[in-house]
Amino acid sequence: MTSAGSSPRLQVASSPHVAAKENVTHIMLWVVAALTPATIWAVWNMKMVAIVLLGSCIGSTLATEWIWNRIARRAQTLWDGSALVTGLLLALALPPRTPWWMAVIGGVVAIGLAKMLFGGLGWNLFNPALVGRAFLSISWMGVLADVRPFPGGWFNALSVPGVGDLDAITGATRLAIAAADRAADGAYGVDLAEYYRPLLLRNLEGSFGEISGALLLLGGFVLIAKGIIDWRIPAGYITTVGLLSWAFGSDPIFNVLAGGVLLGAFYMATDYVTSPMTRAGRLVFGCGCGLFNVVGRFFGPMPESTTFAILFMNGLVPLIDKGFAPRTFGWVSRRG
Amino acid sequence: MSQHLGAPCLPTVEKGDHVRRGQVVGDVDAFVSAPVHSPVEGEVSEIVEVLSISGTRVNAVRIAPEPDQDVREHERITADAEVDVVRLAGVVGLGGAAFPTSVKLIPPRDKPVGTVILNGCECEPYLTCDHRVMVEQPERVVAGGHAIRRIVGAQGLVIGVEDNKPEAAEALRPHLGSDVELLILPTRYPQGAEKQLIWAVLGKEVAHGELPAAAGALVHNVSTAVAVADALDKGKPLVERVVTVTGNVARPGNYLTLLGTPVSALIKAAGGIVGKPGRVIAGGPMTGVALADLDVPVVKGTSGVVVLEEGETAPAVMNDQPCIRCGRCSDACPMMLQPFAIGIYANRSDWDGSERYHALDCIECGCCSYVCPTRRPLVQLIRQAKHVLLERGSHL
Repeated sequence: MTSAGSSPRLQVASSPHVAAKENVTHIMLWVVAALTPATIWAVWNMKMVAIVLLGSCIGSTLATEWIWNRIARRAQTLWDGSALVTGLLLALALPPRTPWWMAVIGGVVAIGLAKMLFGGLGWNLFNPALVGRAFLSISWMGVLADVRPFPGGWFNALSVPGVGDLDAITGATRLAIAAADRAADGAYGVDLAEYYRPLLLRNLEGSFGEISGALLLLGGFVLIAKGIIDWRIPAGYITTVGLLSWAFGSDPIFNVLAGGVLLGAFYMATDYVTSPMTRAGRLVFGCGCGLFNVVGRFFGPMPESTTFAILFMNGLVPLIDKGFAPRTFGWVSRRG
Repeated sequence: MSQHLGAPCLPTVEKGDHVRRGQVVGDVDAFVSAPVHSPVEGEVSEIVEVLSISGTRVNAVRIAPEPDQDVREHERITADAEVDVVRLAGVVGLGGAAFPTSVKLIPPRDKPVGTVILNGCECEPYLTCDHRVMVEQPERVVAGGHAIRRIVGAQGLVIGVEDNKPEAAEALRPHLGSDVELLILPTRYPQGAEKQLIWAVLGKEVAHGELPAAAGALVHNVSTAVAVADALDKGKPLVERVVTVTGNVARPGNYLTLLGTPVSALIKAAGGIVGKPGRVIAGGPMTGVALADLDVPVVKGTSGVVVLEEGETAPAVMNDQPCIRCGRCSDACPMMLQPFAIGIYANRSDWDGSERYHALDCIECGCCSYVCPTRRPLVQLIRQAKHVLLERGSHL
């Protein structure tokens, strides 16, 4: 047993000696894959304007991360795919009339301010894509509220109206119509059930990502089935939105389908970094997002409240993590 | 001389002594210990310090075997009390921890054992030695279970087998009788861990810092049960065990191995290594030890030898990427810990922080490191925290 040298060269390391194949890039690419059907459908319907917006958002998020890492002399992190997801989500959260340069600013803010300034992936407190969107919606409120369908064509993207024109043309969204109808005790006689079909299949009002609720649901279920996201967040979110809307006398299905709730529930609120780490915490977090989404929608200044509801709950995540920490095995039976 | 958890043995023979198969060659007067017997007939060639599987240097008795001996013959162990037979036979837990079995057979008086659970779950992926034992010696498994139940005065006897081993379940079934329960459990790692198995079988949690007896349970591995039965019925000391040799070897399988056999000889018996080996692991891939030297001897706790190819293994230097807070480690942890948090504290040498997150409850199964998509060395950091905490006297 002293005859050293008869052994081949071996690697020595601490156990475990095997690891799952899944890494961050795989996870991020699954999210991109889940969003692909809705993205393709949006491009199909809105043509060039969708491509320009996608390009501006994704290009600016990738570029910002690359430049930041360059200046900060950190290892490049583009390969992890998270900046790609942020860019895609930002584009899907913007209405088609958003000018390309505004989308670029959104991307720079999303990655620069919300992510890299905090230390990069894993350290940010708030969802980068939503911070980008929130920044734009506060800075150019009229533009982000203008959700009229864009006359889609392959060659007219550059003729998007400038900011100056926009004050006059803010359109009434279905949510605004619903709110007005509710305020007037149903005097307009709006039947929200008529909106189910367009919201599920082909909806040109609202942000890109709202093109089809059905495709968003499809992607969301794929992510849940693949174990990428925890069902507790979307389930808590959507159930709360439905129940509270119903309690406030509105149509629950309409309220779930409209205003980006599906995009928020399946793709934004489920961001790992900015959601709780425990199962119970994720359920509470989802319900909280739903609560503030409905409260904002019914009582806030703007009916589109998804962005701020999720950002608000992002801020509560450290508290939720503390309050809903798992009970360590064997730690209660002693007292009980 | 140190094949078990507890006090190491001292050699009881000298250079030049003739030893018979089954003769005691090392023992010590300590409660938590187990004597070591010669697995062969031969002459003591030297008493020397050797490298052990765990990388420490231990005393060893080297014996030059006589040619053409019948290794089925052995010295017989006799004693009045059954517990003493088990101790004298050197039986330890064969699942891997190698805790002296006789110690577990004397449960604390105030905590009677209601149920004896035989662990047929296989402690790790890749390993199949317990499966093989159940398939080939089902009547011995059941006999050992009966003996253990008799010794500790328990009522129940349950054999827990995971549902990926239907052959083992079928082999056991005809030998059960009316008072032994065979429980088929879903296949989950680390169900072979004591507290997890008690939870799966009895639905009881063993409280923090308590022994299984607190939940009225006693867990023994199926292979240990066979060793107990052989000691009691045949007076056979523990001089051999079944070792799974698998991975990139020519003839993977389970080998009945004399204790003290060099790992290199065992691999040779399995046809040798195929391809370029990355790591050779003693035990299983989740908790085993990567060997630097293949001439280390097989000991009582060596349940497997797994040869992993380069590229098949987890990265040797774990990544320093930050946690992305995906929560997979928390979801995977069988002790319901939050490994990411302990890891962050341990990384900053904040040992109080890691203690607050119950680092000491970690069973080191390795699930957290396995699932981590950023390949953070979670269990490794927790192990470090545990080491520091235990050294400074924090109590489990």
